Amino acid sequence: MQVLFKTCYEDDIRFLAKTGEKVRVGLVIAALLAAPLWLQNYYLAELGLLLVYAIAGIGLMILTGYTGQVSFGHAAFLGIGAYCHSILISHGVPFSVSVILTTAFSAAIGMALGRSASRMHGFYLAIATLAFLILVETLLGEWTSMTGGYAGLKVPALVVFGMPLKAVWQQYYLDLFFVLIVVMAAANLFRTSTGRSFLAVRDSELSARSLGVNVEWVKIQSFGVSAAITGLAGVLLAHHLHYLSPEVFNVLESLKLMLMIVVGGLGSILGAIFGAILISLLPISISFLKDVLPPGIGQQAGLEPLLFGLIIVLFIVFEPLGIYGRWMKLRYFFETFPYCRKSSFVRQKSYLRTERLR
Amino acid sequence: MLPVNDIIHLAVTGLAQGCAYGLIALGFVLIYKATEVVNFAHGEFMMLGAFAVLAYSEAMGGSFWPAFVLGCLSIGVVGYLLDAQIMRRIIGQSSASIFILTVAFGFIFRSAAGMIWGWKTLTLSTPFGGTVTIAEGLTISSGRIAIIVATIILCSVLYLFFSKTRYGIAMQAASQNQLAAYYMGIPVKRLVSVTWAIGATIAAAAGALLAPVTQVDTTIGFLGIKALAGAIVGGFGSIPGALLGCLLIGIIEPFADYYFPAIKGVSAYVVMLLVLFVRPEGLISQTFQKKV
Repeated sequence: MQVLFKTCYEDDIRFLAKTGEKVRVGLVIAALLAAPLWLQNYYLAELGLLLVYAIAGIGLMILTGYTGQVSFGHAAFLGIGAYCHSILISHGVPFSVSVILTTAFSAAIGMALGRSASRMHGFYLAIATLAFLILVETLLGEWTSMTGGYAGLKVPALVVFGMPLKAVWQQYYLDLFFVLIVVMAAANLFRTSTGRSFLAVRDSELSARSLGVNVEWVKIQSFGVSAAITGLAGVLLAHHLHYLSPEVFNVLESLKLMLMIVVGGLGSILGAIFGAILISLLPISISFLKDVLPPGIGQQAGLEPLLFGLIIVLFIVFEPLGIYGRWMKLRYFFETFPYCRKSSFVRQKSYLRTERLR
Repeated sequence: MLPVNDIIHLAVTGLAQGCAYGLIALGFVLIYKATEVVNFAHGEFMMLGAFAVLAYSEAMGGSFWPAFVLGCLSIGVVGYLLDAQIMRRIIGQSSASIFILTVAFGFIFRSAAGMIWGWKTLTLSTPFGGTVTIAEGLTISSGRIAIIVATIILCSVLYLFFSKTRYGIAMQAASQNQLAAYYMGIPVKRLVSVTWAIGATIAAAAGALLAPVTQVDTTIGFLGIKALAGAIVGGFGSIPGALLGCLLIGIIEPFADYYFPAIKGVSAYVVMLLVLFVRPEGLISQTFQKKV
């Protein structure tokens, strides 16, 4: 186990404190930068989509993992981002301006939702966001003059700063660029007082309020940041889908985002990325399973949602901290090698923590 | 303006629909009050109930009532086991994980039902297939009247159970303060599981009674979300509030669909969001915000 010995003030504000972390992150970034060299176009496009989902996952993670506000409606922000961006660029707005406008628009809607949601707690919020998603989906379908309705909307070709990006690797680098920015921004956010007040609200609204945190404003901010990032993911997603229709942004898509952050590990940026990897691998492994299983089970229509559900259940029951938690335990095991015990990670017995006062 | 007969017809249809929502919402609220878990899979209990009654009724050659009782009880057992085996383990985890867990169970139930009984729409033959003529030009299917009657009966039985029996009062105590209930020697764990069983049984009954109206397929579980919306409109903390909210949603829905066809099917959510904006705790509230 590496013991940190701080010799200058820079050590306190470094993103990556330990040597091992620096090496790992460096390796991953190098591998991602070099990916177009050794990946076929199909897999490169899949990797690009994975990065887009990682952005969306970080967006939801800030809201659910860090601020503790459950949202079942985040696919709505993906949809708002994708549609807003497509409509803007088809009216001749350049990509760079459109990205900024879309992100701002998404953030504004998020803050408006957060404004009304800041007075609700727990599952009221979950249902309100779910209803918000259903309404957005209906609106996208019914507002035919603007969105093309259920017939769909074609996404214009990707042109950045007057440069058409047609090849898969060009689009991939664009995705990678935004992922790096978002990861940096999110990591930075939680070293500021704004980000720390998010954590305070998640852990206990009561004590956050006692310490002078304006809980309502924190929730609005969190909704705004989260919606902006998810809207940005929507922008990039639009260019991967090429063709938008309202059904893409439905409850199942929201659930996929939720699955991502829960299975990845709530409350860590790394968790969102792990979740995105899992989500991308699932369809492949499910199609593999279909070939392996006897045809009576493998060819059934409901296999995919069944496996989705089973994975969530198994993770929440047996590994509530998700893949990230498993990763931490693994690291702890190796770092403190002979001293890790079964009881190192036993959870405390807990009773109902009630919101009701009588 | 609609003719009076149509208005009455829409109102009774809505009332019946509201009662069905109310039956599902009863389960939500019971489980919520006992464990603070909102069971997003409750609509799926209703779907499973309809399928189970259908399966029993086919196995027994078409007799409805024994199949109805057996089907509802089997779903009650499913609810009991779900709590005793799984939900109990995750008490104390973040509410996000618990919501997601129940949503995941909804998906599992739906896929499982589709795999067992197929994805096609089936028809359950019930004794209430016909129609009742109330006045000249005003006929209402007896299935809808059966739902209204069943709701009244079930609510009174539950009211008596919770206010008069030893078991029901123990359940109330456990829902008010679990730790104190433990100290008084109340078997809290078992009571919580029984609450789940009761909630699931009522939902299954609602599913079987709704079968003549909605038919039976794997998607009828989505009614559960509307029931949840209704319960929120009324206030989740209280059973009368939740029932009232569901009736309100049920009655508003057919009229909203008639006057605003653009939002067909989503008017329940519009009403809910409106209510939440004005009164975040529902029309009849029982929760209080903690103040410092």
